[in-house]
Amino acid sequence: MSALLEVRGVSKSFGGVAANVNITFDVAEGEILGLLGPNGAGKTSLFNAISGEVTPDSGEILLNGVRVSGLGPVACAMHGIARTFQVVRSFDSMTVRENVMVGAYARTPSPAKAMAAAEEVLDFCDLASRADRPAWSLSPPEKRRLEVARALATAPKILLLDEMLTGLTPTEAQGGVQLVRAVQQRGITVVMVEHVMEVVLPLVSRAVVLNLGQVLTIGKPAEIVRNPDVIKAYLGERYAAA
Amino acid sequence: MTETLLQAAMSGLLMGLLYALVAAGLSLIFGLMDVVNFAHGEMMMLAMYATFVIWQATGLDPLLQIPIVAVVMFALGVAVYRGLIARALSVQFNTGMVQIFVTFGLAIFLRGAAQLVFGGEFKSITSSWLSGRTVHLAGIYLPLPQVAAGLVCLLAFAALLLISRTEFGRALEATREDRDAVALIGIDRDRIFALGWGLGAAAVGIAGVMLASFYYVSPNVGANFAVIAYVTVALGGFGSLAGALVAGLLIGEIEALTAVVLEPSLKQVGVFAVYLLVLMVRPRGLFGKL
Amino acid sequence: MDNAILRRRRRELWTGLVVLLVLILLPLPIHDVYTRNLIIITLLFAGLAQAWNILGGYCGQISLGHALYFGVGGYVSSLLYVRLGIPPTLGMFAAGLVAGALALVVGWPCFRLSGHYYAIATVVVGEIGYLLFLNWDFVGGATGVYIPFNGDSWVTLQFRTQKLPYHYVALAFVAVTWLAAWVIEGSRWGFSWRAVKDDVVAARSLGVRIFRSKMAAAAISGFFTGVGGAIYAQYVGYIDPDSVLAGNFSILIALPAVLGGVGTLWGPIIGAALLTPLSELSRSYLGGSGSGVDLMLYGGIIVVVALARPQGLVSLLGPRRRKEVPDVRPA
Repeated sequence: MSALLEVRGVSKSFGGVAANVNITFDVAEGEILGLLGPNGAGKTSLFNAISGEVTPDSGEILLNGVRVSGLGPVACAMHGIARTFQVVRSFDSMTVRENVMVGAYARTPSPAKAMAAAEEVLDFCDLASRADRPAWSLSPPEKRRLEVARALATAPKILLLDEMLTGLTPTEAQGGVQLVRAVQQRGITVVMVEHVMEVVLPLVSRAVVLNLGQVLTIGKPAEIVRNPDVIKAYLGERYAAA
Repeated sequence: MTETLLQAAMSGLLMGLLYALVAAGLSLIFGLMDVVNFAHGEMMMLAMYATFVIWQATGLDPLLQIPIVAVVMFALGVAVYRGLIARALSVQFNTGMVQIFVTFGLAIFLRGAAQLVFGGEFKSITSSWLSGRTVHLAGIYLPLPQVAAGLVCLLAFAALLLISRTEFGRALEATREDRDAVALIGIDRDRIFALGWGLGAAAVGIAGVMLASFYYVSPNVGANFAVIAYVTVALGGFGSLAGALVAGLLIGEIEALTAVVLEPSLKQVGVFAVYLLVLMVRPRGLFGKL
Repeated sequence: MDNAILRRRRRELWTGLVVLLVLILLPLPIHDVYTRNLIIITLLFAGLAQAWNILGGYCGQISLGHALYFGVGGYVSSLLYVRLGIPPTLGMFAAGLVAGALALVVGWPCFRLSGHYYAIATVVVGEIGYLLFLNWDFVGGATGVYIPFNGDSWVTLQFRTQKLPYHYVALAFVAVTWLAAWVIEGSRWGFSWRAVKDDVVAARSLGVRIFRSKMAAAAISGFFTGVGGAIYAQYVGYIDPDSVLAGNFSILIALPAVLGGVGTLWGPIIGAALLTPLSELSRSYLGGSGSGVDLMLYGGIIVVVALARPQGLVSLLGPRRRKEVPDVRPA
């Protein structure tokens, strides 16, 4: 599998605080990659750099060999980078269907085609029964699915999921995991930021672990779990010794 | 020609001080609660009528009326806030648009009321301590009422600056910075808003008193000054007192010089053109923080 | 394909058709000239308010200087007719195009200004337009343009013996602008504007091109406002800066949309149906001698409606208006 997304030496500081320092890794086409690390490791900042909301101070990000860093969120979306937000940002004055249509309109100006595309995505994300309810009336797990549906409607090549499984009950989390696997089967590459290790590690093929703004390690889930530096980063010195 | 230009520049400076005071009141209210008072011009108009009426009834010189009218206008500002604005702010939908049009409605209402009570003809204060006298300075003749107006406005502006440094002023600043958090430290937001409105109204009231001493009074006079006032605030930057002063002086100058260099009926075009140019470079005005 | 959106859209079209039929038949039993004039002016303002609504309501850019496009439209069509003999039936399209282009020119620098700065910039632009036309001899300066009457004709849109044809011209105008709003509401732009209003960050992440959509709104809104100006000029037979470019007129155009309900299909129509007769009647009966009571009434109504029905009068029609979501989210 070739590299779909390449992150090369990306660094970003905010007001003197270094959020990302020299981050380099690849995302292979078709894989599910985990982006892990304790709070403050720089995961969200990196996400924002990839999705275009933030321009890196140095380094670059390439999608299929084309530079996308510094182009802004709209251009990145058009290139095929879609994302969800940690705190759900639904369009509350619109229905679920209309929310998804906004995403669909990124690929077509025709209302009929956008509606059809939205219909398909709503079915895929199991939101069809809620399609004409106002977006604000959805339950929290449904709202997460709406975020995903909306992003999928833009027909992306890569989907960035920002803590999609956090705060869900085990049953809800399983539903989320199934959705992510289904997204992968659609041919979309996935990068997930997650906290809930036991849910995400079985799902991803590889993971990048960040700590204090830098890449700590990259590897398969089984390796990561046993890596003493990772354990130290998450739990502190005391547990590493144990 | 230089004398005419110098003359224009000086009177522009004086008018500029007046604009600055009007703008300061508007900027204060906006900075506090994100409300652009589209009835600001009409409030000045009311102050002008009050000055005229008091002068006509008692012969009291406008200069002496300043404290009276300032207090009356302060009360009016508080009343407008309590009666209308507080309600407009607590509205659940379209808050931004509601407050624009509520103050617009108020402006139209006040214009009609002035017309009803005073009629539409122009009135003017024909004899006061300073009317008819001029100051002669290096070849320039400046009417004394305008000079006094400029000085008073400068003093009022300084007073506003002083107030902004007191504890009340700091409470105002805090409320502007974070409307929601101030409740947590015991600042009564509602009271601050009411006082802010009172101050803003008093400021424009003082400007009105001084303006009445040399300009005609009519129901529409507020509307004529209103646009310049909004432009001054936007140019200086909403929420900035320093900006209101600089912008006011700048606009006074540009207006006066354009009148001489081009022609009087186009004087505002010069102002507007400069305003738009500045906004292109600094979308939040010269000193805008909001 | 059928779904709730399509059903609602069909319902709206049917309602529009019914209202249109009613309005077609409305003037036939009415022979009183004053009432007929009142209805014509109301229809015209409804169309203008709807045109404003496209930029100010749907797109959310509150323009308080829209009289500029109205006035420019009126002048373009009048001057083309008076100086070059081009009939207003063609001239009104030129008027619309010029006004639309002007709206683009104004929008391009102004759309990067936020909220109040934008509103005031539009006021200023409007004032500049007024002052320029006032001092420009080519367009007649303060005297304006007088349109000589050359006989009743549908080509020149001049009717003196009967005002009834104007009713249908104005009706066509408001019908077309209503339809334009209906089309736009369901189009990609309509969705873009709603998304941006709800959450601009999320909208951008979905590829919404904000600036481009705003320019589209400006052009369309400007176009229809200009056409309205052309129709008005032919109806009145005379235009001058004070009647078509003054700042007050900008408010008169925006007000029905705001009080009726911004960003809704029927809001501007309802708003105009209430406000225009109100201002005309109160001016005739209460304000005749310059007493100012009409202004007090008008101003008072604005305040009361704005406070009592901030979502617009259109919310009185039915509770299932989609946009009833309170502004509870932090800005």
